[in-house]
Amino acid sequence: MIFSLALRSLGNRRSTALLTVAAIAVSVALLLGVQKMRTAARESFANTVSGVDLIVGARSGQLNLLLYSVFRVGDATANVSWESYQKIARHPDVAWTIPISLGDSHRGFRVLGTTNDYFRHYHYAGERALVFTEGKPFAALYDVVLGADVARALGYRLGSEVVVAHGLGNVSFALHKDKPFRVVGILAPTGTPVDRTVHVPLEAITAIHQDFQGASQPAIGARIGASAAREQVDLTPQSITAFMVGMRSKVMTFTMQRAINEYRSEPLLAIIPGVALTQLWNLVGIADTALMVIAGFVVLAGLLGMLTAILTSLNERRREMAILRSVGARPRHIFTLLVTEAGLLAASGVLAGVALCYGLLFAAAPLLERHYGLVLPLTGLSTQDAALLGAIVVAGLFMGSWPAWRAYRNTLSDGLTLRV
Amino acid sequence: MTAAIHARELTYAWPNKPALLDVRDFRIERGERVFLRGPSGSGKSTLLGLLGGVLEPDSGHIELAGTDITPLSASARDRFRGDHLGFIFQMFNLIPYLGVLDNVVLPARFSAARAARVPNGDLEGEARRLLDALGLGARDIASRPVTELSIGQQQRVAAARALLGKPEIIIADEPTSSLDADARTDFLNLLMRECGTQGATLLFVSHDLALGGLFDRTVQLAQINRALEVAA
Repeated sequence: MIFSLALRSLGNRRSTALLTVAAIAVSVALLLGVQKMRTAARESFANTVSGVDLIVGARSGQLNLLLYSVFRVGDATANVSWESYQKIARHPDVAWTIPISLGDSHRGFRVLGTTNDYFRHYHYAGERALVFTEGKPFAALYDVVLGADVARALGYRLGSEVVVAHGLGNVSFALHKDKPFRVVGILAPTGTPVDRTVHVPLEAITAIHQDFQGASQPAIGARIGASAAREQVDLTPQSITAFMVGMRSKVMTFTMQRAINEYRSEPLLAIIPGVALTQLWNLVGIADTALMVIAGFVVLAGLLGMLTAILTSLNERRREMAILRSVGARPRHIFTLLVTEAGLLAASGVLAGVALCYGLLFAAAPLLERHYGLVLPLTGLSTQDAALLGAIVVAGLFMGSWPAWRAYRNTLSDGLTLRV
Repeated sequence: MTAAIHARELTYAWPNKPALLDVRDFRIERGERVFLRGPSGSGKSTLLGLLGGVLEPDSGHIELAGTDITPLSASARDRFRGDHLGFIFQMFNLIPYLGVLDNVVLPARFSAARAARVPNGDLEGEARRLLDALGLGARDIASRPVTELSIGQQQRVAAARALLGKPEIIIADEPTSSLDADARTDFLNLLMRECGTQGATLLFVSHDLALGGLFDRTVQLAQINRALEVAA
């Protein structure tokens, strides 16, 4: 009874009701979107690297090492000598290692020198290994394997020639033009920084840098050609940027970490990726909590809009209330009517917001995945989401009880007097 | 048989104001059609509030159709009003977002007793019958939004609503003041005829004495309200 009255009353003030619902819907879509995004971001973050027990680099900060070795963000302050790397790699408890050499770029994408062990042992999102959509791992010195984003963004296919720029600028004038690479493999998308990486053999990094002295171009006439570089007997690097370690037994991880951190001939740092990822997330998570708080305030603004709409309608509805009372409505009916209206507005707003959010996610998911490697799974509402949405409706009802209380008071004082 | 309306030793004053109403004995018999004349400020709205049970008298008793409503709780009085009284007001009597039929059957939604008194429980049929009896038989009236009706039509819809479910007492508060003279007489004739058919008591409140001749009895509020005599 009261419910159908409330429905019809809202239908009568259709444009105001629709605008109110729209305002709530947009705010709910934002809140839900942020919530989904942060779940997806957290998952995709935690999934960046797995199966790696330790990451070893020159002694700096734990986060710094994680950022440049896994996320290709920032630079190493120092390198790891080849001797130290070999010593640890040959340790009986170590199953495998992946050397990493960073420092060059190709049209804005980081170039990473490594070995074929990278394609064999690097895992992400739990148990998932790197997969080649086309081609195969390195076979020759100037072979290059591209991450999915790199191939897509630059339009490279198998056999394309790639020239690596020295340094990290997007547009670098110091190109290793004389030593072009050839694309031999393209990896499947992973949603991790691997997609945005240009992989070359570790030795090739040494080869292209042979005539470079520091960061400046070599003098004319002092260049060493590509074939000459290839013929150089020893392309073993003197140092690498970092390396990843897989242990034979996970139990030994902590012992090995301590041993590396106390390694005497070189200041090294070993981190456990999971621990460092959590620490990094806690840092990044502040921003995402801030987003959530902002989205919460937007929802509050939406509900306040509803409150305004109901409150401003109260005076013009005093006559209606008096009529309802004359046919036998009790003051609590009036109260219920207004709370129901608020509840209907809030609930419709929430429903429309959920629809809007899923619509946008559905439309934006491919774009987000392509451009940012952020995989937004189109999952249903989690219990947490449902609780959040329920809380919004309850908040709507709660806010609606204020105008409802005022109408209740009005109707007590107006009685059967029709006021305009 | 008890009276339709019987007010005894009734007094009422708004907080911190001199007494507005002081009625020693005011009685309307069942089926009687009474014209109560009261200029604005004579305590008319207050009396209607007391009869409708939305106000509580400071002292005295109000008996409606044999029930003393003064000892009842506020919500019991609300229920009593819904069950036994029909109201018609001056203008804009209708809920704007309900259709004509929904406006007419509204009392039955709040009062099971009124709904029970509708023959065969056919609310819509009864609403159509009342509209027809009040000269709103045209098919399209029922389906039109109430805001599109003329004021005269709106008042008839309001009358049909007041009559639905055969309440014992119809209270009409200046229902004709916004109608022209012809429509006024038409409206009153139809209303009285229908009250007669249903055996309802009609208390008609207005300041327009010209209508008095159509009623069984005319009462001046000033005559029954001793508070006004003192003030005068």
